[in-house]
Amino acid sequence: MHKRLQKNDVLFLSATALLLAAVLAAMLLFRGKSGKQVVITVDREVFGTYPLSQDNVVRIDTGTSVNELTIENGTAKMTEADCPDKLCMHQKAISRERETIVCLPNKIVVTVTGGGDSSLDAIVN
Amino acid sequence: MKRKTAYMGLFLALALICGYVEMLIPIPLGIPGVKLGLTNIVVLIMLYSIGVKEAFAISVLRILLSGFLFGNAFSILYSLSGGILSFAVMLLLKKSGRLGCISVSTAGGIFHNIGQLGMAVLIVGNTAVLYYCPVLLVSGALTGLLIGVLAQEIILRIGDRIRF
Repeated sequence: MHKRLQKNDVLFLSATALLLAAVLAAMLLFRGKSGKQVVITVDREVFGTYPLSQDNVVRIDTGTSVNELTIENGTAKMTEADCPDKLCMHQKAISRERETIVCLPNKIVVTVTGGGDSSLDAIVN
Repeated sequence: MKRKTAYMGLFLALALICGYVEMLIPIPLGIPGVKLGLTNIVVLIMLYSIGVKEAFAISVLRILLSGFLFGNAFSILYSLSGGILSFAVMLLLKKSGRLGCISVSTAGGIFHNIGQLGMAVLIVGNTAVLYYCPVLLVSGALTGLLIGVLAQEIILRIGDRIRF
């Protein structure tokens, strides 16, 4: 390790950077439209579907844990969680199709969908 | 042997502290799992200056200890899947002999996040989690790159003084 950055490293790092730039660009290009509703799943089962157009506070009581999802001005945000890390509460509010909030310890996934049943099936699979 | 035990204890303590400091530095991207990966400095130094077995042992022990101290069963599972996958990739790349510390660390950062995301898909049972993938890959690469530069400077300066 005499030279800090050899030719191979430069090649490897540039290739990685290009690849990641392409991934990011693809993500921005295919960013979803404004969604119509959120689907909440708990441990692989659909818990409920709620429209984004209607302000609402959803209590997600899974039996062993309680989370609270607040729908306001067309966006959804996790506002309460009884898990230890509260990572889901720090995630930003979601409103576009496919945007997702996850609470890993309580196995809760909140995803924005467009509204049709077909897209719902594709996302919940 | 006594010297080795002392060194291993020292490195484990160092890795544990790095993990703790990292928890105090939140990265507000609105996405869970984005971390600096400071402990990887310790793992890289060990991988380059001491040995594979020792580096792996410290990596796994660190995850278990900080999981029991600050986390829970789930955080241990996520950290382990990320830590072990990233270690395997870094070891392979290093063994290939073609890439330096910075590249090895960058790949390690990327695969750490891939491992965690894979575990998240398994546990939650929902591929919607993959929505985070692009951001996690990029953040893993960036933090891995920075950690690689840091680790390389440390290894170049004091790497040859660490001897059992």
